[in-house]
Amino acid sequence: MSGTFVGMPAFPKAAHEAVHDRTLRGNLRHATHTIRGKRAKAVAELADWAELREAGKRIKDHTLRHLDRYLVQLEESVTAAGGTVHWAADADEANRIVADLVKETGESEVVKVKSMATQEIGLNEALEAEGIRAYETDLAELIVQLGKDRPSHILVPAIHRNRGEIREIFAREMSEWGRPAPDGLTDTPAELAEAARLHLREKFLRAKVGVSGANFMVAETGTLVVVESEGNGRMCLTLPETLISVVGIEKIVPTWQDLEVFLQTLPRSSTAERMNPYTSTWTGTTDEDGPRHFHLVLLDNGRTDTLADEVGRQALRCIRCSACLNVCPVYERAGGHAYGSVYPGPIGAILSPQLRGTASEIDASLPYASSLCGACYEVCPVAIDIPEVLVHLRERVVEGGPVTRAGNKVVLQPAKGHAAERAAMRAARWAFSRPGVLRTGQRLASRTRRIHPRTLPGPGRAWSGTRDLPPVPAEPFRDWWQRTQNAKGGAE
Amino acid sequence: MSGRERILGRVRRALADVPRDDTPYERAVVRDYLPEHGERTVDGTVDLLAENLADYRAVVHRTDADGLPGVIAGLLAARGASTVLVPPGLDEEWLAAAEVTLVADRAESTPAELDRVDSVVTACAVAVAETGTIVLDGSPDQGRRRITLVPDHHICVVRVPDQVVSSVPKALRRLDPARPLTWISGPSATSDIELDRVEGVHGPRTLEVVLVG
Amino acid sequence: MRVALFLTCVNDTLYPDTGRAVVKLLTRLGVEVDFPMAQTCCGQAHYNTGYRHEAEPLARHFAEVFGDYEAIVTPSGSCGAMVRELYPRMGERARAEGRGDTLAATLAPVVPKTYELTEFLVDVLGVTDVGAYYPHTVTYHPTCHGLRGLGLGERPTRLLRAVKGLELVELPGAEECCGFGGTFALKNADVSAAMGADKVRNAESTGAEVLCAADNSCLMHLGGTMTRLRTGMRPVHIAEILASTKEEPAV
Repeated sequence: MSGTFVGMPAFPKAAHEAVHDRTLRGNLRHATHTIRGKRAKAVAELADWAELREAGKRIKDHTLRHLDRYLVQLEESVTAAGGTVHWAADADEANRIVADLVKETGESEVVKVKSMATQEIGLNEALEAEGIRAYETDLAELIVQLGKDRPSHILVPAIHRNRGEIREIFAREMSEWGRPAPDGLTDTPAELAEAARLHLREKFLRAKVGVSGANFMVAETGTLVVVESEGNGRMCLTLPETLISVVGIEKIVPTWQDLEVFLQTLPRSSTAERMNPYTSTWTGTTDEDGPRHFHLVLLDNGRTDTLADEVGRQALRCIRCSACLNVCPVYERAGGHAYGSVYPGPIGAILSPQLRGTASEIDASLPYASSLCGACYEVCPVAIDIPEVLVHLRERVVEGGPVTRAGNKVVLQPAKGHAAERAAMRAARWAFSRPGVLRTGQRLASRTRRIHPRTLPGPGRAWSGTRDLPPVPAEPFRDWWQRTQNAKGGAE
Repeated sequence: MSGRERILGRVRRALADVPRDDTPYERAVVRDYLPEHGERTVDGTVDLLAENLADYRAVVHRTDADGLPGVIAGLLAARGASTVLVPPGLDEEWLAAAEVTLVADRAESTPAELDRVDSVVTACAVAVAETGTIVLDGSPDQGRRRITLVPDHHICVVRVPDQVVSSVPKALRRLDPARPLTWISGPSATSDIELDRVEGVHGPRTLEVVLVG
Repeated sequence: MRVALFLTCVNDTLYPDTGRAVVKLLTRLGVEVDFPMAQTCCGQAHYNTGYRHEAEPLARHFAEVFGDYEAIVTPSGSCGAMVRELYPRMGERARAEGRGDTLAATLAPVVPKTYELTEFLVDVLGVTDVGAYYPHTVTYHPTCHGLRGLGLGERPTRLLRAVKGLELVELPGAEECCGFGGTFALKNADVSAAMGADKVRNAESTGAEVLCAADNSCLMHLGGTMTRLRTGMRPVHIAEILASTKEEPAV
């Protein structure tokens, strides 16, 4: 398995293997079911959950609606507090900015806090190409990095690995990267956590450059917020001399007070805790406490294109809690890798095709990676109507239409590969607009029912490979109705 | 064109369909959520803090001002700590009974030096009962962020009931965003193995909170 | 009260027994039922697959056929949710596309008077004991669009609990999707089948004879999975259970 998502096959193909991988299915089932019940309990503790959810949604919508104003305000406050703000329109620009900043320090290694934005832009690979080694310090990211694997979950990128597999990766790989795993390492989670502590400690203590993302940026004060559990975040944010934070432009909230909403909804939605063990907030630089140099890299990379879509822009409310992944029955069975993106699950299925466009096979297939069951929308702490956006993106795929790519308005052509479906949908619409045609079809089906097979050839195998077809009745309802009710004088 | 102008231009074009709205922010977002959850007496709020701290595996002790030096001395002795980091503005009385070597935090102290210290004792800025959280803001009795991070044992003193608030909204109102803040809810933990919670990763693995009232 | 039965194209074609059961049940409760013969399809499959513009003529047709009735009753949570949730959205989208208010105005009248069957029984008729008799062990699967779209809540199980002779057993993981999802069942057949198999195994673990739901589309998927997995259970639409009496038991 390679460390990138480039050239991924369409979702159904990628999911095919995962569905039949019993270990993976077991790992995902165990983990997602564990967290589901806990989340429900943590949320039920707050009588005003619905109001917090609504406020979170409104704060984010308001911010997005005035995003230009808040970005400028944030830049001013961060600068006034001693930070330096950089703007990156895409992944390449962001990677170049970060690499140059690291080179200016003269260092050749950085320690990293888990960050979706830097995963998204492939920062580690870009730094590697410049001779800079990036060490992931979050436990799950460490598991992924040591295992030369790909992340499969937003919160717990190594969710697809069970404790036995993690033990094996640590025992095998840690010595390649630094301090080896202790002899006789077992698979108890406490021992595995201890092994990670020992392995990473030397890296933290010597680190001169830290790289992070941020959960929130407060426009009025210039404050950044990182929410974490392990303390690796605190290490990276406070011990190095230089801190570089790469943050998506949608992570802004207008005021300090706004944090009161998200610091209540995020931990409960994410790890099902009343509060996560550590939350760090910092505003620029502070004399003698923490990094002397602070750089904020504001990242677009498809976010403004997403903002241009009036239905799809709600995806930018996302606070990356991953509650939607944990409740999703499709995610549970297909696994995170099938989504071909650092953003898997329901939110990934609406985010990736908007950030990257729908040109690739995988991105065009993601809007269909859902049964539209609505469990994701129900748990979303900022009320993103994921099913609504999925259907909207399906429309973009099959009908084409106006979209924005890299800041330019373009008109998409209907995707190839949907021609037969499109014809069938048109034919069905034509028939359904004419009750007489529908009736003729139904009668034909009923009269020939004795010769209907229970399984289908060709594309029909998608259904009948695993499910029998229902038998066709002797007569459709409408014939019975006409025969019996109209005889009693009912209306036609 | 600079990245800044390009991004701001894209944002403005992306929002072309959105009708202009100059509602001031205070009115644009309805905040009908609760300022705190449930009604409690002052003592009840302190009890809830103790309960929630313990729920996430912080070790909670309660005493009064006179008993505090003895409690701290006892905790350090039980731990077998011989060196203790102290922030510059910590009340000297607190460690008066402890038989340990006090280590002052100096600007030039390296992380490796901090790593060799057994324990750290600090005060806090505020504590949040509903979530079992203590918040440090870098005041002289709390010190730089690194001193409560690198040592493996942290004793934090909370003055009750003055420093205790019931909820997250109330805590934010007491805090100054210009200061570097660390919100701590129990010892370091992870859910990264099978989404099951395990305490003790990089931060102090033992967090003891002394409620002084 | 004169209500229109919006049976849905799937039920009309494949599940006429469900339609007959609704007619029998509502007639027994004193409701005059009509089946407008011009009805076809609400457009849900088109809409949810991304063919919103193809769904529009079907929605207009629906509004035309059903517009004059006092109430429209359907034994399908998902088709009910299509009318109630998504018809207004179709109107909004047409407006956003600069096509004015015509579509929204055309569809608006049918939206508030469309009811899913159990909703109609409990909320409009105000009954939970419909006088049914069904001497079997039953487990109930709340389908997603009924559960989360329409918010049916306890209505179906309250109705089932009042049925004489019926023993209702709880379905583990009840609120999880069965994996049908319309064209999802074909486009992502592997995942859909895995979800269906898990749902069927959960149903089987209850020991019930019957898996009941308020939507035949989901039951078609689950029933097809059941026979393939050779379970002894059978899928039955809630209307057929509620219509069943001692005198005329459901087969």
